[in-house]
Amino acid sequence: MENPGAGRADIERDAVIDVRGLWSRFGRTLVHRGIDLSVCRSEVLGVVGGSGSGKTTLLRQMLGLEQPYRGAVTVFGVDLNRARGAERESVRARWGVLFQNGALFSALSVYDNIALALRELRALDEDIIRDLVISKLQMVGIEAHHAAKMPAQLSGGMIKRIGLARALALDPELLFLDEPTAGLDPDRSESFVALIQELRREMHLTVVMVTHDLDTLVSLADRVAVLCEQRLLAVGPLREVSALGHPFVRNFFQGERGRRALEVLEDVQRLMPI
Amino acid sequence: MNAPQTSLDPPRLVYHTAEGGARAIEVRGSWSLQALQPRLAELHTELARASADATAIWDLRPVAHLDHAGAALLWHAWGRPGTPRAALRSEHESFFRRLAAAAEAPPPPPIRRWQRLAWLPAVWGLRLYAHARDLVLLVGALVLDGIRMLARPSRAPWREISANLYRTGAQALGITALVGFLIGVVLSYLSSNQLKNFGADVYIVNILGVSVVRELGPVLAAILVAGRSGSSMTAQLGVMRVTQELDAMSVMGIPQTSRLVLPKVIALAFGLPLLIVWTNAVALLGGMVAAHAELGLSYRYFIEALPGAIPIANLYLGIGKGVVFGVLIALLACHYGLRIRPNTESLGAGTTGSVVTAITIVILVDAVFAVAFRDVGLAF
Ligand SMILES: Nc1ncnc2c1ncn2[C@@H]1O[C@H](COP(=O)(O)OP(=O)(O)OP(=O)(O)O)[C@@H](O)[C@H]1O
Ligand SMILES: [Mg+2]
Repeated sequence: MENPGAGRADIERDAVIDVRGLWSRFGRTLVHRGIDLSVCRSEVLGVVGGSGSGKTTLLRQMLGLEQPYRGAVTVFGVDLNRARGAERESVRARWGVLFQNGALFSALSVYDNIALALRELRALDEDIIRDLVISKLQMVGIEAHHAAKMPAQLSGGMIKRIGLARALALDPELLFLDEPTAGLDPDRSESFVALIQELRREMHLTVVMVTHDLDTLVSLADRVAVLCEQRLLAVGPLREVSALGHPFVRNFFQGERGRRALEVLEDVQRLMPI
Repeated sequence: MNAPQTSLDPPRLVYHTAEGGARAIEVRGSWSLQALQPRLAELHTELARASADATAIWDLRPVAHLDHAGAALLWHAWGRPGTPRAALRSEHESFFRRLAAAAEAPPPPPIRRWQRLAWLPAVWGLRLYAHARDLVLLVGALVLDGIRMLARPSRAPWREISANLYRTGAQALGITALVGFLIGVVLSYLSSNQLKNFGADVYIVNILGVSVVRELGPVLAAILVAGRSGSSMTAQLGVMRVTQELDAMSVMGIPQTSRLVLPKVIALAFGLPLLIVWTNAVALLGGMVAAHAELGLSYRYFIEALPGAIPIANLYLGIGKGVVFGVLIALLACHYGLRIRPNTESLGAGTTGSVVTAITIVILVDAVFAVAFRDVGLAF
């Protein structure tokens, strides 16, 4: 396993995403009250929090799908709610998104779901697109013969993985993952972790990942952001965050499952000191 | 680890002569999809030219940034070899490994396009058979539900029936009134022009009365309801299929026909006749206004002459048609709704199919009524 903390110092630390004083609300319910968060280039940020604590909403704010009630979100230096036309499009070409429930296009086959964005560029030949699509499918562990299936014919875990392949279709620099390992068997979760690590090495991928899966968090996240009670409770390396005394953090990390996952982290760090 | 790409360094090939006279080609700049996209056409031709020289030595190590698209472009230019033709940095090897693996994979099976066969009569026959079978099953389930409902009226879905009656009936009063009034005006205006020529002004009441009450009112209301409520019923059931709500209902043991279909059918069976009476009244009002303006026929005369001009059987016939049309529209809408597959395209096709079929069937059945009841209500 690659040490998540290693080599961070030599990575350029400019912010890819910058969230400043963000408030979000739906009607009367306030979801965020003053969130400040920045995501650095080439890092993996894990976002954790209880169910309904606003993790998906935070992701949607970063994607410009939700309007901030107060505050601002900039991605690649562009404020998505202010920017127009070409500037917005340039940002969209540089990120990939895996939605919590996959959000595959139900009228398109698996193959066409992934090829759609590549064809939309109107630049690549169909045989290059074919090789790219099949290799993306193989990266997420889907065999080529599933390519002709429709989304309604897929299992839940396959939908997740094909959603990931679609998010990777344009080789993005920035990847948003909402619960990437939910619904995957442990083996698949492991290969997901390996895939993200490999892509980070090759393409300097920046990842924002919402997850409840401690094992994934331990093996991938450089930093963890904890959302609780509409605020950002803490941001920092997993070891520091998990040592906090807050009841939510204690429950999340110090429970039986949490302790087991963290022990693994300790072992790894003993073997490979930073 | 090299610095991540900050600005887009244009992708390019740099040529040298290596020892021994062979050509050396260095791949430089940013070979990512973003950077490639604007220059793709030129790069294609340049790559084709460069890779034609089989002795050339490629070097991919100076590349600033590479991704799958860039790797695929180079690899296709080299003729999709098993091992890349270039010296690589270690972190880039996996791109080519993945592409080579993708090329070895059997091609995805072609997606069967049944639409191409759509004109074959056999396919049409099969489709028709499937529709007929589903429709018969639906009617059967509805009849059983109806019997059960009559046996235990307290357990009938009264709330759903009432909600459907409101949505399909009460909320359609405005549009049916508008259309009915305008048709009444137009019909009356055109007929009065003709009748004036023969000096047969007073027969406007007969012409309007019979045509509106017997034909136009029922068909007009039915077509409006088919477009308005039929489509929404189909779409509702279709979305419930797409979002798996239908599955959730059936695992909870809630029968779909009695909760979803029966209330719609009952509501339209009652609602459409009522709408027809309403449309008739408004259309006659429109006709009366136009007759007054065009022929100077007094409102009082028009109203007094109306009962004598239309045999009451016509009204009963119109209402009877309304019940039949209402049941047919709701039944077809639900039939199409339940057949929708869980994808958005099927949802669109199902809704269109439902409305088109319902309107066609309404007109067909109306023709059947016209023939079957030709001796009723037309004696003068
Ligand atoms: N479109 C919306 N309209 C109204 N309220 C919403 C909307 N979307 C989310 N919410 C509310 O905002 C809160 C946060 O929702 P969000 O989906 O961000 O939670 P989450 O942290 O992603 O939870 P989970 O882990 O269960 O996915 C919830 O209370 C939810 O009810
Ligand atoms: Mg969520």
